[in-house]
Amino acid sequence: MSTARSSLPTPDRPNANPDVRLSVEQVSYAYSPNPSQAPVFTLEALSFQAKPGEIVAVLGPNASGKSTLLKLISGELQPLSGRIFLNNFVVHSLPTKMRAQRIALVQQESALLFPSLVWEFVLQGRHPYGRSLRFESDDDVTIAKNALAQVGAAHLSDRRMDKISGGEKQRVILARALSQQPLLLLLDEPTLHLDIGAQVDLLETLRRLAAENRYSVVVVTHELNLAGEYADQVVLMQKGKCLRVGSPAAVYQRELLEQVFQAPLSVAIAPSGRPRVTLFSNS
Amino acid sequence: MRPLTLSRLLLRCGVLAVVLFIVVVVALKLGAVQVSLYGLGRDLIHVLIGRSSAISTEYGMVVMNIRLPRILLSIFVGAALAVAGTSFQALLRNPLADPYVLGVSSGASVGAILALMLENRLALSPEFAGLATPVGAFLGAAITIAVVYVLGLRGGRIDGNTLLLAGIITASFLSAIINFLMSTLAGGNLRGASFWMMGNLSTPQTKNVMYLLGIGFVVAAGAIYTTASDLNLLLAGEKEAMHLGVDVRRVRIVVYLAASVLTGLAVSVSGTIGYVGLLVPHVMRLIFGSDHRMLLPAAALGGAIALVIADTIARTIAAPSDLPVGAVTAIVGAPLFIYLLRRRLA
Repeated sequence: MSTARSSLPTPDRPNANPDVRLSVEQVSYAYSPNPSQAPVFTLEALSFQAKPGEIVAVLGPNASGKSTLLKLISGELQPLSGRIFLNNFVVHSLPTKMRAQRIALVQQESALLFPSLVWEFVLQGRHPYGRSLRFESDDDVTIAKNALAQVGAAHLSDRRMDKISGGEKQRVILARALSQQPLLLLLDEPTLHLDIGAQVDLLETLRRLAAENRYSVVVVTHELNLAGEYADQVVLMQKGKCLRVGSPAAVYQRELLEQVFQAPLSVAIAPSGRPRVTLFSNS
Repeated sequence: MRPLTLSRLLLRCGVLAVVLFIVVVVALKLGAVQVSLYGLGRDLIHVLIGRSSAISTEYGMVVMNIRLPRILLSIFVGAALAVAGTSFQALLRNPLADPYVLGVSSGASVGAILALMLENRLALSPEFAGLATPVGAFLGAAITIAVVYVLGLRGGRIDGNTLLLAGIITASFLSAIINFLMSTLAGGNLRGASFWMMGNLSTPQTKNVMYLLGIGFVVAAGAIYTTASDLNLLLAGEKEAMHLGVDVRRVRIVVYLAASVLTGLAVSVSGTIGYVGLLVPHVMRLIFGSDHRMLLPAAALGGAIALVIADTIARTIAAPSDLPVGAVTAIVGAPLFIYLLRRRLA
């Protein structure tokens, strides 16, 4: 059946904890313009793990290495040292197609050369399940329709991608990622151009999807309060270093956040047990 | 949600094939020698079922032996240029890319001329006569597109406007080379500068060359077609395509080589005919959308239709003199190109 994820040979690491889906183990990276020069940016070795259904938020100011970490997890970059396992397979050595059946990436929106319809765009998520030339099956259509319904965008199906709002587009991009039927969902600043209502909507949707479909979710974001409210784990980064990994309540400490984000703030714990951050002006 | 199905693809291609057939019949009829539609249809069927000997009149023979081969050549060249243009547009993510605008056709011309000169020196056996030219044209095309691509890079990324400018300057430079080769090194049958720079379908081709064209087209266009759904994703960007499971490197190499083969084959028999590879994909995209599984065959058939019409105009409008077909396509194509460019900038 065309919907089945292609099976892989034996895992790169046979035993390990079956509860862990994503395992980032002592991973580092260095950017250098050419090999003879010193690197202009270094990501120091860091580790964390994610279980199915878990949301991990990667937090930090600009140039802290958040996006680099996401590129490493997505397999786009190869780690300088350390390894990243997805169900005990090394992510970087998976063939492109098999990786796309397991990892879906939601990036900041890209310009379209020839604007397509929403349903055409969502069906692109089925590409990793097809051979080089083939036509979408009824299963593919059903999966794409479900994906649109799951993000509450079924009514957009016949609209053009360049004629919908930023929030709607972000949902459609998420629907395409869902139609890849991934194990791991990666999001790069998904709330960047959204108003506050749309941001909350998107994260509510993510939490529901992670719980229902047992995705592991890694989301890179600047939004301290959204991450504090919705994430199960937070990875706090600064200048290429991972400072803390843990639950939001454990990581959100006033001195630490003030030092990382260079702004005076206070942290309170809400009745839900989730931390709330309030920023003050410098004066 | 209505994804493309094989039956819809075949139906649409069938409609285009019928249009092509009608255009071919009209093109066969038009010309200095008058023939009746009835006689034409009967003779065409005789040719199609392999009984050319049953053709009735000597006028019929004129039509079948002179007009039909030229029309077949137009079909082939038009299809090859349109598929090459569609491929370059997807590969370079630039809706204004095509073999002519990017200078690839001029590069193929230079390659073909050099091959012709070499062939004259080598005195090859008759079976190979004419086969060196397409190979030289392919090499010229492949080298030129690689050079234009590098010139079109800005800060490691391909820049649409820089690319177009690089292509246009390269084309102008290569035209100068063609003129230089023609005026200083001419000797033997080099067909003249106007053939290479304006394009012409009036040169009769040997059977061997026609076979080479046919096989080359099927192989190259078929190779491109296997990447059709990958090309759809490549339009959104290479990184994004990779995350959706496209082997970007493989697709680039296949399409780059195959589009160079198509351009080289077309140029080696017809010179540089402009704008077919640019405008036909645009028109087909307007009619059928931008799914390459539909767009590539539609562009092939549309390119064939467009070039048969253009060549019929070229040989009848100022009869008995024969205009270069490239002049016809440029008169129609250049203003349309400006229109598309301005619309893109707006």
